[in-house]
Amino acid sequence: MNSLSDTLLEINNLVKHYPSVKAVNGIDISLNAGICFGLLGPNGAGKTTTVEILEGILSPTSGDILYKGQPLGDQFRKEAGIMFQSTALQDYITVAETLKMFARFYTRNADLDELIQRCNLTDYLHQDNRELSGGQRQRLLLAIALVNDPDIIFLDEPTTGLDPQARRNFWELINDIKAEGKTIILTTHYMDEAYTLCDEIAIMDHGKIIAEGTPKDLLAKHFNDVVLQLPESVMNGFDLSAFTAHSRHGHVEITTCDVDEVISVLIKNNISLAQLQIRSRTLDDLFLELTGKELRA
Amino acid sequence: MLLNRFLALLSTRNKEFLRDRSSLGWNILMPVLIVAGFAFAFSGDLGNQFKVGVLNQHTATAESQRFLELRHIDFYPVDTITSALSKVQRHQVDMLFDAEKQQYWINTESPAGYMVEKVLLGVASQGFEKQSVSGKQIRYIDWVIPGILSMNMMFSALFGVGFVIVRYRKNGMLKRLKATPITAFEYLSAQIVSRMMLIMVVTAFVFYGTNFFVDFVMNGSHLSLFLIFALGALSMISLGLVIAARMTSEETAGGLLNLFSWPMMFFSGVWFSLEGAAPAMQAIAEVFPLTHVTAAARAIMIDGASLLEVGYHILVLLAQSIVFLALGSWYFKWD
Repeated sequence: MNSLSDTLLEINNLVKHYPSVKAVNGIDISLNAGICFGLLGPNGAGKTTTVEILEGILSPTSGDILYKGQPLGDQFRKEAGIMFQSTALQDYITVAETLKMFARFYTRNADLDELIQRCNLTDYLHQDNRELSGGQRQRLLLAIALVNDPDIIFLDEPTTGLDPQARRNFWELINDIKAEGKTIILTTHYMDEAYTLCDEIAIMDHGKIIAEGTPKDLLAKHFNDVVLQLPESVMNGFDLSAFTAHSRHGHVEITTCDVDEVISVLIKNNISLAQLQIRSRTLDDLFLELTGKELRA
Repeated sequence: MLLNRFLALLSTRNKEFLRDRSSLGWNILMPVLIVAGFAFAFSGDLGNQFKVGVLNQHTATAESQRFLELRHIDFYPVDTITSALSKVQRHQVDMLFDAEKQQYWINTESPAGYMVEKVLLGVASQGFEKQSVSGKQIRYIDWVIPGILSMNMMFSALFGVGFVIVRYRKNGMLKRLKATPITAFEYLSAQIVSRMMLIMVVTAFVFYGTNFFVDFVMNGSHLSLFLIFALGALSMISLGLVIAARMTSEETAGGLLNLFSWPMMFFSGVWFSLEGAAPAMQAIAEVFPLTHVTAAARAIMIDGASLLEVGYHILVLLAQSIVFLALGSWYFKWD
């Protein structure tokens, strides 16, 4: 439990109902200052709705949100940095002009030169927003979210659509921000991203939080086994009924607490282990375990 | 801080518009092309038929009747001498003829007036009293230019603000701004002021540019005309705000903006005078801001009217601006 003095954001029994759907169905979250909190879930789980309520963009049907002990208001808007899942930028305006415009909206500003350097925007400063690549654009949107030197930062699917290299670069940026003691709320589809960046996560499904804690604690709580992966093509019709096993993306996955025993059985049955992979349980597995669905479904 | 946020939005919006060359070019080019088209169309001698306004047609003397029976002259009845005389002064009518008192008025500077006088004296040579007036010719192009300037302003105001706000709402830009300390008042004010500045600059450019080529009539004060156009721009931008206050579809917004702009374009007296039009049409025209901008601008440019003389139009435009602004701000939604 968080002590009241450490709590930056407190959400109590948050509900958002639309005429045809209960998007958020009574969630409670308490966030300490300085942590990176990940909100995970498949499309339609209610995470973007939840985050947009927390950002003050949507009004909840019911429930309380307290920022530094106060309802969301002017102070929150001044101290929050927000990066939406998709935001259009004004055409015919350069990167530098966009940053300066947003900076003028706030009384407190980050050092713009430092921000430009940190987000690696120096080479694109005089480029029209329309001409930015996906990665450059995401870095600009992050810089806009940081322009007011925020205390709390919302990042909604920040790396969706980026190539692996750009994602890795983006993670480094987020880690830098974390190191400054900023509080981050991150929504993502990518479990490796959540595992790498988040101190705490909450998994949402059907508008509810179905699991919450640190990634390691959650995995430890639900799993004490590992997964052995082999291509289906090498199994030669071997009967797996003695194991907990299933097919996934062209591979057979055998879940076990005793790796030695499984390997010895496979060797005895002349199964090639040349392509054997052993992996720990991941957040993807956790989600599958909790909901029966793949996270990216 | 409010001012700083407002200025940040204003300058960015101005840059966005000025750098969009195709939009800017079209805003300037369209009215020039229309005026050039009209100037070309009316440059030839299309008015082969003479036009004579007739007072007291029903009590015409026998001498007058002989003149009125001539073919290829368009005689039309006139009730009051004042308005008919001003048309003679502007060369819109070649002669004013009093059929009872056997008097006629022609413009000494009008070749057509001279010709009609010769015809009159040829068929009825005795007992007609000549009165002379003078005045610069008012061509159709002079009459239509205030309307074209106003109409161009209307399209720029409605589509430049209404359409842009809907586009920003649809692509999430407004949602992003909502997440900042910007208020709806600051945002809408910046949009209005930016568009007004641009409309006034473009209108001035078109006004003086067109005048250079066409040399149209401008009898009134440039300052009065500027104020009328500014007020007209404000009322029509505000109307655009009302239309765009909540809409999220550019297609629907485009349709609705057309629904407002096209009737205004045709029934606000831009192309033809509403005098003598059906009462229902005149009543509808009275509601349109474009009617009042056009009428006031025309009165200033052609008649040299003062602001006091177009006070009624100013009051209507002011009232419309206030109502539309209040409605648009109250109804406005970021997303």
